[in-house]
Amino acid sequence: MLRYTVKRLLQLSVALLGLSLLLFAWFKALPGGPENQMLPENATLDDRAALRESLGLNEPVWVQYLEFLQRVVRLDLGSSLSSGRPVATELADRLPATIELSLAAMVIAVGIGIPLGYLAARKRGTWLDFAAVSGSLIGICIPVFFLAAMLKVVFAQELALLPSTFRLSSGLQYTDVTGLRVLDGLITGEFNVAGDAFLHLILPAVALSSIPLAVVVRITRASVLDVIGEDYVRTADSKGLKPAVIRGRHVMRNAMLPIVTVIGLLLGSLFAGAVLTESVFSFGGVGSFVYQATQERDYPALMGFILVIAVSYVVLNLIVDLSYGLLDPRVRVRK
Amino acid sequence: MALGLFTACSDDGESGGDANTAEDFDFTCPERTDTDAVKDEAASESTPFVFGTPGEPSSLDPALASDGETFRVTRQVYETLLDTECTDTVPGLAESFDQNDEGTVWTFHLREGVKFHDGTDLDGAAVCANFDRWANFKGGFQSENFTYYYSAVFGGFAENDAEMGMESESIYQGCEADGLDATITISKYSSSFPHAFTLNSFAIMSPTSIDAVADATIEAADSPQPDYAMTPGSLAGTGPFTIESWDHAEQAVTLTRNDDYWGEKAGVKTIIFRTISDETARRQALETGDVQGYDLAAPADVQPLVDAGFQVPTRGVFNLLYLAYAQGNAPLEDHKVREALSYAVDRERIVNSVLPPGATVATQFMPPSLEGWSEDVVEYGYDAEKAKELLAEAGQEDLSIEFCYPTDVSRPYMPSPKDIFDMISSDLEAAGITVTATPITWTEYIPTTRSGECPLYLLGWTGDYADPYNFLGTWFADASTEFGLTADDQAIFDAVAAATSEPDEATRTELWMTANETIMEELPGLPLSSSPPSIAFAANVYPPNASPLTQENFAQVFFTQQ
Repeated sequence: MLRYTVKRLLQLSVALLGLSLLLFAWFKALPGGPENQMLPENATLDDRAALRESLGLNEPVWVQYLEFLQRVVRLDLGSSLSSGRPVATELADRLPATIELSLAAMVIAVGIGIPLGYLAARKRGTWLDFAAVSGSLIGICIPVFFLAAMLKVVFAQELALLPSTFRLSSGLQYTDVTGLRVLDGLITGEFNVAGDAFLHLILPAVALSSIPLAVVVRITRASVLDVIGEDYVRTADSKGLKPAVIRGRHVMRNAMLPIVTVIGLLLGSLFAGAVLTESVFSFGGVGSFVYQATQERDYPALMGFILVIAVSYVVLNLIVDLSYGLLDPRVRVRK
Repeated sequence: MALGLFTACSDDGESGGDANTAEDFDFTCPERTDTDAVKDEAASESTPFVFGTPGEPSSLDPALASDGETFRVTRQVYETLLDTECTDTVPGLAESFDQNDEGTVWTFHLREGVKFHDGTDLDGAAVCANFDRWANFKGGFQSENFTYYYSAVFGGFAENDAEMGMESESIYQGCEADGLDATITISKYSSSFPHAFTLNSFAIMSPTSIDAVADATIEAADSPQPDYAMTPGSLAGTGPFTIESWDHAEQAVTLTRNDDYWGEKAGVKTIIFRTISDETARRQALETGDVQGYDLAAPADVQPLVDAGFQVPTRGVFNLLYLAYAQGNAPLEDHKVREALSYAVDRERIVNSVLPPGATVATQFMPPSLEGWSEDVVEYGYDAEKAKELLAEAGQEDLSIEFCYPTDVSRPYMPSPKDIFDMISSDLEAAGITVTATPITWTEYIPTTRSGECPLYLLGWTGDYADPYNFLGTWFADASTEFGLTADDQAIFDAVAAATSEPDEATRTELWMTANETIMEELPGLPLSSSPPSIAFAANVYPPNASPLTQENFAQVFFTQQ
C-alpha cells in the first residue's frame, strides 16, 4: 500500500508540473496584463510600462516560469497583485468557507442522493423512479447560478425565511478555530454562531448541491440496478437472508464502488464550482477571490488557486482509490 | 467656478500673507431636504451600520494605495490637511493656508487641540514628519503599485530608485514646522496644489506611529503590502473612527467611533464595510436588510429602489465619458470628418436612455463644477443633416470606420458600454457612416486605445480632486497616440501648460477656459456625458452627503426613527 501511495504521489507531482506549465502558457497568451488593473485609468502608457518592468513582466517567459516554480517549491505562491496580500494567506483565509460550503453541498447530495437513487432502483418503473430520474435531469440541466438566484429571491427576499448574504450576520463575534463556522460554533460552545452560520449555509449549499445530487441519484440508481440483478443477490435471497442484510451487505456494498468514485470526482469539482455560488451569495470563500483575480489578470492568485484545487482534486481521488480496497475485497493493490 | 483659494497671497514672495479662512472657501453643496430626520439613539448605539462595497481595501495605509475602496475606509480614520465638500476644497486639519506669489511655498495653519488616536498632539512637526516620510520612501515603496499619487503629484522621491522606474526629479524641497504651522516648499508650482492635499494618500498620521513602522520594507513592485498596513491600529490618525478589525475571511472592516474626536462625533457607534462584489447581490442584500447601504447601484435599479422606499441620494457629477478620435487613423486627421462625427451623435438620447438620473450632456473635457469650465466652447449639437454635409465636403460620403468598446466592465462614467456603443453606432449609421464594431476586454482595452489602434473608442475618467489638470492634463498635456495629437497640436499643449503653471487663481481660471475652448475647436474627441454613480441606503438611515468624488463622510450617518 505504501509503494502504491508513493507511486501515486509521484504521478501527482508530474501531473502538477505539467499543469503549471500549461496554465502559465495560457495566462501568458491572454491579452492585457495586471498593470492595467493596478493603476488608475489615467495612468500613462509610460506609467504602465514602468510598472510592467518593475513587476518583471518583460522578462522572457521561461525566466518568469522558472521564478514561479522556484517560489512554489519554497511554498511561496507570491503576492496577489490586486489585494497586495500573500496568495497563501488569501487562500488560507478563504478556503475554509469554500470547504464548508462544498462539504455541506456534498452532505446534501450524498444524504439525499444515495437513498433516493436506491429507492428509485428498487421501485423501478413506478412514479417514484420517474420522479427521481426526471428530478435529477432537471438538477443537471438548471445552471447553478440561476438556481442560486431563484432560491435567493424566493426564500430570502419574498418569504424572508433564510439569510442569503455572507457567512455570518454582521457584528456577530466568533472564535476562529478551524475556519468552518458551524463546526467552530459547536466546538467553542458559541451555539448562536453555529446556528447563524448554519442558516447562512442552507441556500448556497442547496444551490451548489443540485448537480452532485442529480449525479449521485442517477449513478446510485444505475449501480443498484446492476447489482440487484446479479446471481449472488438472488442466491442470498433464496438462502432466506433477511432483506436488510441483502441490502446492506450484498447490494449496497457492491453498488458503492462506482458511487464512491463519482463522489470523489464531484467533491473536487465542487471546489471549482463554488466560484459562481459564492459570488451570488457573497459567501466570502475562494470563489469571489478567484472571480476578481480572473478579472484583473492576477496571475499569482490564479496560479495559486488552481494549484490548490488541482492538489485537492488529485488527493481526493487518491483517497477514493485507496478506499476501493476497503469496499471490495477483490480490489487489492499489490503489496 | 472659482474656488477663491488663492486670493490672499503675500507680496514679498514668501509665505505669511493674509490667510484664506473658512469664509473664503466656496461651498456649492446642494441643500439637503431631510434635515428634520429624528435620530434613533438606541439603534445608532447598538446596531452596526453595514455598508456593502464592491471591493475590499488593499491597505490600511492610504499612502500606499490608489484605489477608491481603500480610501472609502481610510478617509473615515485618517484625515488630510484639506478636505472636499462636493467638489470644493475646504478646511481639513488645516484651518487655513497661505502661499507665496509663485505658488512654491505653502504654509498650513493647523487646528488647535487635535489629537491623534494614540494621544499624540497634531502640530506642524507631525505634518512635516509625514511629508518627509513620503519623500524618503525607498525600494518597493516607490513603485507606482504603492505610491502612485505621491509620484504623480511630486514627480519623484528624494532618492529615486531606477528599478522602480522612478526617474523624474521630485519637486518637494522640504517642510518646516513652527508650532501649529507647517510650511512646505516645492521647486515649481502646479495647479494640483493645494487640491491634491485632499487625497487620502496624503492623510496625516501620528509621528509616533510612523516611527513605529519605519523599519517596514517593500522589496519589489509585486511584494505584498507590509504587515503594518494590513494590521488595524498600526497607524494612528485623527478621524472620527478607528479601525477595530479587518476580518479577511468575512471580508469585513469594522470601524468604531472615536469618542475623543475633535469635531462632531460620528452618528453611529459602529460601521462595518462588507464586500459584496456582485452588483445584483449588493442590491438584494439591501432589500433583505443584510446591509443598510451600498455603492454603485446599477442605473436600472435606481427607480425600482426608490419606488420600494429606499433612498438613492443623487451625487453631483464629477466624471466624464468621451468618444475619442484617434487622429493617427487617416480619415480622422480631417477636421471636417471629426466635426461630422460629432454632429452625428445624439448625446441627449444617450443621457436620457442609458445613464442614471442626474447625468448631463458634456460640452467639454471636464465637469462644470470645476474652475475654468467655459460657456463659450463649440458645442456640436445633434444635427444629422449637417453631419452628412460635412462628410460630403470632406469627400467621405462612404466613410467606414472601426469603433472599439470594452466588453466586461462597468465604470461609474460608463455603466453599460455596449448600450452606449449601440446608440452611437446607430446614430453614425443614420448619418451614412459604416461602423465596424470592435469589442475588447477591459484589461486589453486601455493599452489598445492608448496606443491609438482604435480610430473611435469610448473612455472616461472620474476625477481625484478639484483640479482641471486632473482632467485636461491627463489627456492633453503633451503629444499622445490615444488622440493622435502631434506637434501640430501645440496650441492645445501650450494652453494646458499655461493654465496649470499659473499661480493666480483668476488668471488661471481664464486660462483653463481658453484651454477648453482651444481643445473643443481642435476636437480631439467628443465629450459625451457626466453621470453620477448611484449610492443607496435603507429608509431608516440618515445617509452621508452624497459626494461627487465618491468621498462620503460616514460619520454623518445615523439611524432614524420611522
